[in-house]
Amino acid sequence: MSQFAYFPHTEEDVRAMLERIGVKDTDALYADVPEQFFRKHTCALGEALSEQEVREWFERLASMNPKLTVFAGAGAYDHYTPSVIPYITSRSEFLTAYTPYQCEISQGTLRYIFEYQSMICALTGLDVSNASLYDGATAAAEAMKMCVASVRKRSRVLLSEGLLPQVLDVVETYARFHGVEIGRVPVMDGRTCPGCLRAALASGDVAGVILPQINRYGLVEDHEGYAEMIHGAGALMVQYCDPSALAVLRTPAEWGADIAVGDGQSLGIPLCYGGPYLGFMAVKKEYMRKMPGRIVGQTLDKQGRRAYVLTLQAREQHIKREKATSNICSNESLMALWVTVYLSLMGPEGLKEVNRLSYDGAHYLKEQLLLSGKFEDPFPGKAFLKEFVLKPKEAPARLQERLQKAGFFAALCTEEGYVSFCVTEKRSREEVDALVQCVKEG
Amino acid sequence: MSKIIEGLKYSESHEWVKVEGNVAVIGVTDFAQKEMGDITYVDVPDVDDSFEAGEDFGALESVKASSDLYCPVSGKVVEVNEELEDAPEKVNEDAFAAWIIKVEMSDASELDALMDAAAYKAMIGE
Amino acid sequence: MKYYDKLIFECSKPGRVGYTLPANAFPKAEGLPQGLCRRQAPALPEVSEPEVVRHYTLLSQMNFGVDSGFYPLGSCTMKYNPKINEEVAAMPAFAGLHPLQSAPGAEKVLEEMDKALAEITGLSRFTFAPCAGAHGELTGLMLMRQYHLNRGDNARTKVIVPDSAHGTNPASAAVAGLEVVEVKSLSNGRVDVEALKGLLDEHVAGMMMTNPNTLGLFETQIEEIAALVHGVGGLMYYDGANMNPLMGLVRPGDMGFDIMHLNLHKTFSTPHGGGGPGSGPVGVAAPLVPCLDQIRVSAWHGNFGVILRAYAYILMLGREHLAKVGEYAVLSANYIKECLKDVYKLPIEGVCKHEFVFDGLVNDGAHDEVPGATTLDVAKRLLDFGFHAPTIYFPLLFHQALMIEPTETESKETIDAFIAVMRRIAEEAAEDPTLLQEAPHTTPVSRPDETTAARSPILTFQDA
Repeated sequence: MSQFAYFPHTEEDVRAMLERIGVKDTDALYADVPEQFFRKHTCALGEALSEQEVREWFERLASMNPKLTVFAGAGAYDHYTPSVIPYITSRSEFLTAYTPYQCEISQGTLRYIFEYQSMICALTGLDVSNASLYDGATAAAEAMKMCVASVRKRSRVLLSEGLLPQVLDVVETYARFHGVEIGRVPVMDGRTCPGCLRAALASGDVAGVILPQINRYGLVEDHEGYAEMIHGAGALMVQYCDPSALAVLRTPAEWGADIAVGDGQSLGIPLCYGGPYLGFMAVKKEYMRKMPGRIVGQTLDKQGRRAYVLTLQAREQHIKREKATSNICSNESLMALWVTVYLSLMGPEGLKEVNRLSYDGAHYLKEQLLLSGKFEDPFPGKAFLKEFVLKPKEAPARLQERLQKAGFFAALCTEEGYVSFCVTEKRSREEVDALVQCVKEG
Repeated sequence: MSKIIEGLKYSESHEWVKVEGNVAVIGVTDFAQKEMGDITYVDVPDVDDSFEAGEDFGALESVKASSDLYCPVSGKVVEVNEELEDAPEKVNEDAFAAWIIKVEMSDASELDALMDAAAYKAMIGE
Repeated sequence: MKYYDKLIFECSKPGRVGYTLPANAFPKAEGLPQGLCRRQAPALPEVSEPEVVRHYTLLSQMNFGVDSGFYPLGSCTMKYNPKINEEVAAMPAFAGLHPLQSAPGAEKVLEEMDKALAEITGLSRFTFAPCAGAHGELTGLMLMRQYHLNRGDNARTKVIVPDSAHGTNPASAAVAGLEVVEVKSLSNGRVDVEALKGLLDEHVAGMMMTNPNTLGLFETQIEEIAALVHGVGGLMYYDGANMNPLMGLVRPGDMGFDIMHLNLHKTFSTPHGGGGPGSGPVGVAAPLVPCLDQIRVSAWHGNFGVILRAYAYILMLGREHLAKVGEYAVLSANYIKECLKDVYKLPIEGVCKHEFVFDGLVNDGAHDEVPGATTLDVAKRLLDFGFHAPTIYFPLLFHQALMIEPTETESKETIDAFIAVMRRIAEEAAEDPTLLQEAPHTTPVSRPDETTAARSPILTFQDA
């Protein structure tokens, strides 16, 4: 048998183990596999590479990706990642552990999840957070299912058309299979139309409404009076939020939401071509037993030491099986650690400053782009934070391509014929000015 | 040995029923609470919810298990035992005192399909 | 492991910061309207960078990973996580890519992975959108329904699941809008084919199977089962949680499966991260390929960083070593089983695959009115010896289930040490079960009160 770096078995080991089992070779351990399925396919994969060859191959693949300065958001944001985070999250005690089933040797994981839950509650103002979900879009889909599970005998959920396209797609996919009827509420005048919402709620069969706190045009929506309207119709209010922005924006709790969801990526998680990210969910206490996912609780051990455990497990799939609200098992634990370390470093001041830098940069860029005379503002005077859309006078696709050739990933084309821009604290004044110059030159 | 009270009606899914006029007071048996171990939560319906006989109306939860509660008779919930929300251990302490819901029966003849104490005792084999 | 008491909030002191940010070079824009702003700053900790690093380092020291020691957690495939995987996933030219960016290098990774997984499984095409095994299951079941709906076959609402299945199988089916029908197992642990026949009709959308099943046993009648399900127009779903013993040797596609998911965080060596991120790509046979574009189950391209790691693993092993993974895993599992079956109850004799299940101790020390040691006690006592516990109380078929999976990356010395400890624990149980019942004795905490945790939940930091 040939030796390989990840397999400790020597020929002698194998012989001794086979002898103890009482078979002549390892194939005998597959004797119960019908012969027509065993070793019948000649594998067409390549031969093993050395580690150096693997590294070089990935370096080659990496070099095929154009290096662009990101002025795009649309649900994935280029915020700064402090170097402490990858350092801590790559500690193998965290990285190579399983779900904390044996709490006595998992206090590290359990403790940071508890901290994570506390931080998500601090940002959203809500009572209870779970240990995280896959991403923002699936978190919204889980919220949709929660609404239906929480309001008896109702199976209709309303979605604002201001939600990001990927969020709408995922929620609608889940709804289609789960037997949930979806109604859409249009955006008018830069926010989810309150009149249309009132009309849609009048049917009396709505279990929940999912609204974007910041909509797909980057606008911060004013949801004054929405909670009263939604609760008055016997439905739950869900807000889809950017958790980084929650450091400054009115919280879901202050808006009267029952559930807040969103993508944790904006809290220092690298773009990484779309994942791994993390979906967050926080709810009012009365809905905690319908919440999907792991939850960590604090308790005492038999010697009175403070200890942390997975709790409220009777909600979950391994106990409730087909009656569980969700099939989710694990969370995105390591990404929850990522976010927890990020928020520990940034603190309330740092996160506020991130928002301030992004806000000032984005407002400066928008002003300069409008001054160029090459755009119209479809939403003049509307509040936005770090992301905005404009209507270009040149063809949107041409503009995006032109900027890409100059090294910018900017001016993403939207369904409505707008282009979107996003500025985070990572973008310098020089980069913004260079982008504006490039726009002008076209 | 589990406690069984004479004069109550029993279901195969271990609920007991005490008839008070047109109202069925419903709880779980001592046998059921022992099987569950430490109960951590009692999931109850809202007042005015209606159930068919045999339909699940809630659940008992322990740390590692969840057991559905089935309504032994059809009807509308007129009262729930709110005390259990903060003190689910009362079901462990005295399952026959810790009633869960009161249901206004829509068809009292459904009671005939339930077991008496002797039959229930035989069913659990004690 | 030493006990460390603090939460990060308890390290906080007003005025401390742990960040550096560039000076603001932009003109100060007019602020947001007051009505859109939060009233109070969020109660996040205020901590300096060195304190953050020390706090999380101390937390990590209360944790146990595969790098710390043997992790024989059944059905979880806790194999070694190669470090080159981490290096490639961290390359800035991947980590800095926006998901909407055109990125030929990243696209090539997905293409190559699609080809490699198709080759390994015998299926046609994979989607990488699912972020975990359960997510893959859900996606696969959606595809199953979509396939039938596309053919105008709307009456298929049932999915058959063996009683030995993991709880996610029925939960995923319910979320996908399918009704779950359980099929019983025989006393030899395999699906009861006669019972299955009685469940098959034109309402069956498909059947979900794990093979080897959750007892680590190969479903020897798989060909007949697949033919029966296909015979009534149903599809076969393969839960890839147990793919490790078959990789490079047996292909689910050849056994008649039409849809499957893989757990890249199990079979393909990516780290579990304390419970994610994983990746659960779903593969389908050719007739289902058009369905892949009809559903969207996550925002972007799935957990791309995890896919990169799995791709590095496949390249490192190559076809030769991929086919050795299962052999060594199965060898180790059978070896442990044979060495311990005189002191732990083995409910089903015969060769196992990568894992097997004991049903508690042969002699648990019970006498008269004094109860003996349970599977939980064995698991807790193992922690004292520096081993992670096996999976316990699963599958539900046995009351004292203790499910052991060693994987191919553990040496004979490690395995022999584990066997010796398991034998010693069996002796302790027979002599003095209280030693087990009070275990663990050496960990930072021991047997926290889970009942109080669930009755009166404390789920966030409460400032005293």
